[in-house]
Amino acid sequence: MSTPRTWRPKPFIENPKLRWSITIGTLLYMLLALGSVEVNWMRVYEGLDRGLKFVAAFAQPNFTGRWTDISEGLAESLVMTVVSTVIGIIVSIPIALGASRNLAPLPVYLFCRSIITISRTFQEVIIAILFVAIFGFGPFAGVLTISFATIGFLAKLLAEAIENIDPSQAEAVRSTGSRWWQWLNYGIQPQVMPRLIGLSLYRLDINFRESAVVGLVGAGGIGATLNTAFDRYEFDTAAAILILIIGIVMFAEYSSSAIRKRVQ
Amino acid sequence: MPIEMNSQEKIWKHRDRKTQLTHWALWFFGTALFVWCWQLVSEKTEWFFVLDAPAIAADIGSRMVPPRWEYIDKLWVPLWDTLNIATLGTLLALVLAVPVAFLAARNTSPSPTLLRPIALLVIVSSRSINSLIWSLLLVSILGPGVLAGIIAIALRSIGFVAKLLYEAIEEIDENQVEAIKATGASRSQVIAYGIVPQILPTFVGVSVFRWDINIRESTVLGLVGAGGIGLQLQASLNILAWPQVTLILLMIFLTVLFSEWLSAKARHAII
Repeated sequence: MSTPRTWRPKPFIENPKLRWSITIGTLLYMLLALGSVEVNWMRVYEGLDRGLKFVAAFAQPNFTGRWTDISEGLAESLVMTVVSTVIGIIVSIPIALGASRNLAPLPVYLFCRSIITISRTFQEVIIAILFVAIFGFGPFAGVLTISFATIGFLAKLLAEAIENIDPSQAEAVRSTGSRWWQWLNYGIQPQVMPRLIGLSLYRLDINFRESAVVGLVGAGGIGATLNTAFDRYEFDTAAAILILIIGIVMFAEYSSSAIRKRVQ
Repeated sequence: MPIEMNSQEKIWKHRDRKTQLTHWALWFFGTALFVWCWQLVSEKTEWFFVLDAPAIAADIGSRMVPPRWEYIDKLWVPLWDTLNIATLGTLLALVLAVPVAFLAARNTSPSPTLLRPIALLVIVSSRSINSLIWSLLLVSILGPGVLAGIIAIALRSIGFVAKLLYEAIEEIDENQVEAIKATGASRSQVIAYGIVPQILPTFVGVSVFRWDINIRESTVLGLVGAGGIGLQLQASLNILAWPQVTLILLMIFLTVLFSEWLSAKARHAII
């Protein structure tokens, strides 16, 4: 038998049966899925015009036309971001403690974990709709929504950090005869503090992005202004708002990563 | 550890005077900022409604149970659409994100001064804007429907996938690339045999992760007319059909749990 003269890279999935069934399954799914997407090509064709207008609007954004609406919306979004992040952090900490298996008894653990799961499953906008129905229109519903969403993120990651602490440090503090609070404050808190600060800053800029969205369903912030601009086909105003959002997110991301580098 | 001398005794302090003052100032300004912001929110809030909230919540809660189970017949098609929006959107995003990632990575970018900043700008713009806003825009351009949802999900995902992918490309082992180059391979062969095998696990992991996020996001795109189960949610909310809303929320919950389970399984199989 002669040695093969050509070399072939190893396939990504080695088991040929599995590989073929995944390939065929994917193809079958693609056919079904693409077949079920209904597209009104006439409408798309007509829309291309508007699409080009929007792209052109990005070159000439209109900041001044509705500046009062834009600036009020942005200010409200920023204010909502600060309030909801702070509330979110304050509420997340006890929930994170409860969701750490090494601190909490099983019933508390399960309760806190289920809060986290619910918060993570539902998109902010769904929560916002419910909160607007309950608390009325305005930024308060938005603040509650974003705070609730913050819990799912922050409490989960903080609980993971607490579960991964070095237990010998906590034990050392405990062996000095400390009370539970002292144990928490000197044995555990110093170990997870850098992580908490990093996550909070990261969440701050996620929350700004979210605050731009909850306005679409009436929960305050720049989203409402943006929605109106699209409804009126005022693409130049919409472009101005999007540019401002991108600018603020870039600034927030840059400064929060700079701070995180110093803290961690 | 800062130590203060008090006549003859040494006193142990947790922080020295300067750090103590900085900490105090940070807390002071942070608290002041929060109180000020809270005041602004409070001014725009109808506290009368908020005080009434428990009663309203109880009322809505009582209307929400029991869920209207018969309505599920009308939910299968929207659920299928939701799944398609997430999956096809993710696939489209992957196709578009790969070239962007290669342009953005410092070690593979063909022109670090011109194309790299453009690629980075694409990534940051895509990441800053929520898929709901993208679909708002696309619905007004393309008209309502699943297509707008797919493209919206894709546009939002490009930045996420490309960012994680280009970071992975920048962290590859250069020796392997060097080895392939030494065989006289062309530029595309270097990418195919030197770089791709190193980033493939990251790529698959990121894709599955983003797919999971996209399932969650595609459940709400219908609210602005971009197809999926959100359309049914919007319709039910508009006519205040709370038992239908409960069923829809339940289905969303189950779908998201299923996608989370599936993606966790897929990631375990790969990594």
